[in-house]
This record gives sequence, structure tokens and C-alpha cells, in this order.
Amino acid sequence: MKPVAFDYIMADCVDAATATLAGAGGDAKIIAGGQSLVPMLNFRLLRPSILVDINRIPGLAFIADDSNAIRIGALTRHHRLETSPVIATHLPVLACAMTHVAHLAIRNRGTIGGSLSHADPAAELPMMVLLLDAELGIASTSGRRSVAARDFFLGALTVDLAIDDVVTEIVLPKLPPTTGWGFEEVARRGGDFALAAVAATLNVAGGAITEARIAMTGVGETPKRAPEAEALLIGRALEPASIDAAIAAVRAGVEPPTDLHASSDYRRHLVGVLAGRALAAAWRRARRTAA
Amino acid sequence: MSKALPIKLTVNGVVYERNVEPRLLLSDFLRHTLGLTGTHVGCEHGVCGACTVLLDGDSVRACLLFAVQTDGCRVETVEGLGSINRMNPLQQAFREHHALQCGFCTPGMLMSATDLIRKYPLATDDEIREGLSGNLCRCTGYQHIVEAIRAVIGKSGDAPR
Repeated sequence: MKPVAFDYIMADCVDAATATLAGAGGDAKIIAGGQSLVPMLNFRLLRPSILVDINRIPGLAFIADDSNAIRIGALTRHHRLETSPVIATHLPVLACAMTHVAHLAIRNRGTIGGSLSHADPAAELPMMVLLLDAELGIASTSGRRSVAARDFFLGALTVDLAIDDVVTEIVLPKLPPTTGWGFEEVARRGGDFALAAVAATLNVAGGAITEARIAMTGVGETPKRAPEAEALLIGRALEPASIDAAIAAVRAGVEPPTDLHASSDYRRHLVGVLAGRALAAAWRRARRTAA
Repeated sequence: MSKALPIKLTVNGVVYERNVEPRLLLSDFLRHTLGLTGTHVGCEHGVCGACTVLLDGDSVRACLLFAVQTDGCRVETVEGLGSINRMNPLQQAFREHHALQCGFCTPGMLMSATDLIRKYPLATDDEIREGLSGNLCRCTGYQHIVEAIRAVIGKSGDAPR
């Protein structure tokens, strides 16, 4: 349970980090919070020659209110997101999701950029950036680019990052105050990875849903949206029949894994139940702000 | 073996300067290099919570940090809370409420609880249980640990420092 020896480089700026990554030709890893990386190093599942520590790069940990969007620095720790008044005001569903991310000692250390780059199939943050139509800012030796969350997650622990790419910030469009939201998760113990989790938002005008978003985690190799379920909710109130139809569409759209903790069938059942609850909570909140 | 790097950090108020191999975990640094064996090592992959310490005031898993990363930082371990003859209020409450049996998880429980009490209202016992879900105890069933923490919050309403 000890890592293989590696060289340690503390990067003082993003350009130094990307240059080191490029120079190592894929044999270097970034360490941010390290809450997923270090277990993999301890188990020797990963054996990088170089660890590039980005923890002391100035200006990478921030939450900025930027007119229509919230910009979050990649090095922002989970506990800061959990307790930020800016997040609570403009992205309350994210604030709620953060309370489900691991335990306090992990949230004190873990970062949003690290969680997204690691892309655990049962983690909350990948699902949340997918729900909220986020854009990821990425730096490399050849410049900066932006990738939509929906294009970022390619497979289990696999994302659209080249060997010299570093996620630097996440841009999340604000939710209007009238948007209703719900977040539902079932895990074996509080703070464990989700057996399944669902987050939903609803915009309502004149008693009818104008926009519906549903995102899920724990039920496939990557987080997923539920486009069929989202589409069939539009143009009417949330009623028992439409909830049932959405649940059926959610279940039909996933192919969950079977593992030690739960079977595929159980997860498919569960994700439907959670989607129903998340939609009902989102509807209640949307109606409350409309009243 | 990669080159050892010099670090200087404060542990429980004492400044230490050492050369460390980059792969040396903070938990092993505390135990083997400094001889502070109060911090326990259970799972070494961030699940059990036995190695929890405070880093610049925040609870962290010492097994998920490399000692080299703590250069310039302030670390507090269970040895910094109190001594056998002068336990702090949280330690005293653990003793009074029988919140430990074998004691293996206790250092992590104490350090986690110290941070939890400071950061959360812990208005209900459910919130205390939720907060402790990252620290595994195989003896007590947690009930007495929850009672000890409840007693401390009830007593002072502040973090036991």
C-alpha cells in the first residue's frame, strides 16, 4: 500500500504544469486534491514517473459571479462549494449535491477540477456539470480551449483531456431564481459513492413546464442526461401520469452496471424512483417561487 | 528511488525540518519519521478515517497526502489535543461516555469531530452520525461516540480547543 517512487514537481503556474506534462509524454500525473489519485497510487494502479502538484498555483481556486454565469476555479475545494453563498443563491441544486460528496475530510481537500478530470462513474460533480450545461476551460501547451460538459465524459475514468491538458475553470450558467430543482441519491452509507443519483431542474410558466433537465450518475460508464424524459415533460404540468412516463423513459435509457453493491436491475429500478422524487421536488420548488 | 526533498512544517506547535522522499505519505511521516504514533493507519486509501489529522485547521486524511505537500503547513494530530493527565473537553467526553473500546479509530474520530463541531451546527444526532460517516468504528456501534460529541456541543456550543 505504498506508491511507486516518483519525482515531485510543484508547479508555480499553469504553463509550467502543462509544459511538464508535455515533456513527460504521458508519464506524469497532476495532483490536485489527490482524494482519488492517491488511493490509486497507494494501490499501484497508477505508476507515474512524475507527479505535478498544482495546489500552490495562484488564482486557480475561486468562485466568481460573472453576470449570467458562475465561474469556478478548478482548484476550488468541495467544502467551499458546499458552503458558498454565491452557489447557494445561483446554483442551489449544486450546493445540495455537494453535501453528498464523500466526507468532510475529503471535501476539505478534493477539488472540482480533479473530480471532473477523474470522472468516476458514480461521482456527483460530473453529473452536476452535465445537468447545468457547464463549459470546462482547459489549458495546454498549445493554448486554451473550452469543452462542453456533454462532450467531456467519454467513458469510465475517461475524459476529453490530452496528456498536457489541465482543467482550469468551470463555467456554469446561473439558474433563474424561479427554477425548481431536486436532488436524490441512494448510497450504502452517507458519503459513499452513489448506487444511483438523479438531479433535475424544471422551469415553469403559466402552470406548464417550459424546460426540463434530468441528469443521472451511477447507472453507466459516464453520467447521463435523460433527453426522452426531458422532452415528454415539456408543455404541461407535472402530473402523476407524466411522472410515470418520465420514470419509464429514464429506466429505458440506462444500462446500469452490476457490482458487489447492487444489480443492474436494482439500479434501473432505483434510478426511476429517484427521478420521480427529484422531479416532484423540482415541481414543488418551481410552483412555490411562482406563487 | 527519487530524490529526497527538504520540508519544514509545524506539527502540534513544534517546527520540524526533514528531508522526505516524495512518495512518503503524511501518515507514515508522522508515525515513522517523527515518532508520533497517535495517528493510526487503517486502510491507506481514504475509507476508514483512522489517520485523520488537521492540516492548517481543516480535517484531512493523512494517508491521502504526501509529506512533501505539507511544506510550510501546520499539522495537528491527536497528540496535540491533550495528554492523559490533561485531556481536552472532547477527549474527556469520550472517556465519560465510553466512546471507545479498542481505541483504534479514536484518534481519527477525535480529529474529525473537532472539525465537524467547528463547521456544522450538528443540531440533531442524525447530523452527527452523517458527519461521522467517514470514520469507521467496529466496536462501539457509534452510539456512545454520538453521545460524547452531543455532550460537548451541549456543554460549550463551541469547538473544544
